Amino acid sequence: MRIANLTHGALYMLGAYIGVSVMRTLPNLWLAALLSGLTVAVFGGLVERLILRRLGGNVLGQVLVTLGIAFILADFCLVVWGGDPIPVPTPAFLQQPVRIAGLAFPAYRLAVVVIAVIVGIVLFVFIEKTRLGAMIRAGVDDRDMARAVGIPVSLLFTTVFCLGAALAGAGGVIGGPIMSAYPGLDADMLPLALIVVILGGVGSLIGAFVGSFITGFVYTFGVALLPDLAYVILFLPMILVIAFRPRGLFGKFAA
Amino acid sequence: MSLNRRRFIQGAAAAAVLPRISFAQGNPIRLGLMTVKTGPLASGGIDMERALVQYLKEKNNTLAGRKVELFVGDSGGVPAQSRTKTQELVERDRIQLMIGPLDTASALATDDYIRSAQLLTLSVAAAEDMTQRKPNPWFTRGTSTSSQCAMPLAEYCAKTLKMKRMIVIADDIAYGHEMCAGFMRVFEENGGKVVQRMFSPLTVPDYGTYLAQLKSDVDGIFLGFAGSNGFRFLRQYNEFGLMKKVTPVGGMTALDEAVLRNMGDEALGIVTSCWYSAEIQNPINEKFVEGFRKEWKYDPGFYAAATYTEAAVLDATLQRVKGNIEDKQGFMKAVRSIKVDTCRGPVRFDEYGNVVGNIYIRKVERKDGRLVNRVIHTYPNVSQFWTYKPEEFLKNPVYSRDFPPYKNLEG
Repeated sequence: MRIANLTHGALYMLGAYIGVSVMRTLPNLWLAALLSGLTVAVFGGLVERLILRRLGGNVLGQVLVTLGIAFILADFCLVVWGGDPIPVPTPAFLQQPVRIAGLAFPAYRLAVVVIAVIVGIVLFVFIEKTRLGAMIRAGVDDRDMARAVGIPVSLLFTTVFCLGAALAGAGGVIGGPIMSAYPGLDADMLPLALIVVILGGVGSLIGAFVGSFITGFVYTFGVALLPDLAYVILFLPMILVIAFRPRGLFGKFAA
Repeated sequence: MSLNRRRFIQGAAAAAVLPRISFAQGNPIRLGLMTVKTGPLASGGIDMERALVQYLKEKNNTLAGRKVELFVGDSGGVPAQSRTKTQELVERDRIQLMIGPLDTASALATDDYIRSAQLLTLSVAAAEDMTQRKPNPWFTRGTSTSSQCAMPLAEYCAKTLKMKRMIVIADDIAYGHEMCAGFMRVFEENGGKVVQRMFSPLTVPDYGTYLAQLKSDVDGIFLGFAGSNGFRFLRQYNEFGLMKKVTPVGGMTALDEAVLRNMGDEALGIVTSCWYSAEIQNPINEKFVEGFRKEWKYDPGFYAAATYTEAAVLDATLQRVKGNIEDKQGFMKAVRSIKVDTCRGPVRFDEYGNVVGNIYIRKVERKDGRLVNRVIHTYPNVSQFWTYKPEEFLKNPVYSRDFPPYKNLEG
């Protein structure tokens, strides 16, 4: 869609907080994730329709606007939910660590891995194998030509933007039992998302998949082996990729 | 701007020369609070304002016979912003004394300005060297240095909890380094060994990586986290099934009352050390906690107690100088010679401007359905130098990642 969107960290945090509120009346994590995703999707849709729509092709404008929205959301969350960290309860059946070969793994983290894989596969099939996905890809590749053959590009883009926002919001809730909801969560998450996207390549699902794997492994092992250089290890691969392969590992366009 | 400042300093100097005249005018005292009301540190910063307002309200906004006007600055937790806002408080609002700032980085960023403006400061931030090797003559701290609470805890771990081998983990900032260094030094001098040390970035989103590396053949782990990090670390620590294997103990900000009210049973029984607990039993604290609970429905913690303490120090000093805050030298001399009973217990100051006061070893318990830090042991009148001689203490470099050296790290 060629939009430089920096609100994802803030949408993730907004999702987490909405999830917290939902769970106060409906103590079910999955339901909270669904409702939170829907709410954040509506918000994302409004942002796309009312603001980003006018900034097509203006990358600098998009960066500034989305960053501004991210800051506003962060302070909005602070006003509504306060400054203290709020825990998100882990579903009861996933609270105990799982023992595999003498090592303890938190069951909930394994569940998150499974959810992530399922979401990834569904997205992949959706984009690559369905008619709707083909229309989206066509819209991204050549907007004017896609319009000329009758694809409602505008509507599709709004839908895709909503979907992205929904995933960020639901992600905030699903990540909640690990991360909880706290001011600053947005700034903690955004760099990770950016690294994954830039490393893997903008506009490529496989790229995002590979990028997140590389980031996860490099970071985990880096921290274990060279704990003092945690941030260097996290950002160095991204800098190298941008320097030598600006479009990322699998990307279609320059990042 | 420069004209303003010059005019301010001239005015201030004139006030210092002619204290009686300006005092005789009976103007209100202009008190500044430099705090954080937006961003990640806002929770503590808002508590700072609430407690200070409560203190002033209890005294009918009058200290030592003079009305007090409060001006509040919000730094957002950004050091540069803190510097600008302090200047604004001084030059626009013409404050005569500042309480704050909240965080170490902001205190360091404002250090030069405090000196040049000769701003009377009662600080909350813990930066060690501001009252040690580079003491600021206008800076007084009624809370504690980074390691002031960690050093007694280290002795407690070695002598009372009989721990032999420990891990230290903290945020990768000066505050974390200083705390761990003090803890390690005292723990090892009492026969213990720190066998593993980890500093995680302040904004690390997930502690899984660090948790996976923790050694399990140890007796305890010292948590030197600030803000919400201790809270997140402990939840994940529990999730990894480590709680029953290795006993966590915490520094002064790891399990603050502000964090406790959102925690569950996983926090029960954890021992921490701090210069305050809402559970301290003295009449001043009981009144403070009761008033604060009534107004805000939760227990005051570290940050609320910090400004409540500083306000008591200000109050007592003003009584001593008969309300004459215009004589800055006289005020600073008085601050450093008073003894005052506060919510945290008796408080006095050393010649470097740092507090000498009780340090409490506390244990998380459930009381009336909520989690509290019950005091289980008190180290009376602890100074920033712990049991060391100040001269010898100050000959060493400031506590850091590498000093004192960690000699017993394994693998």
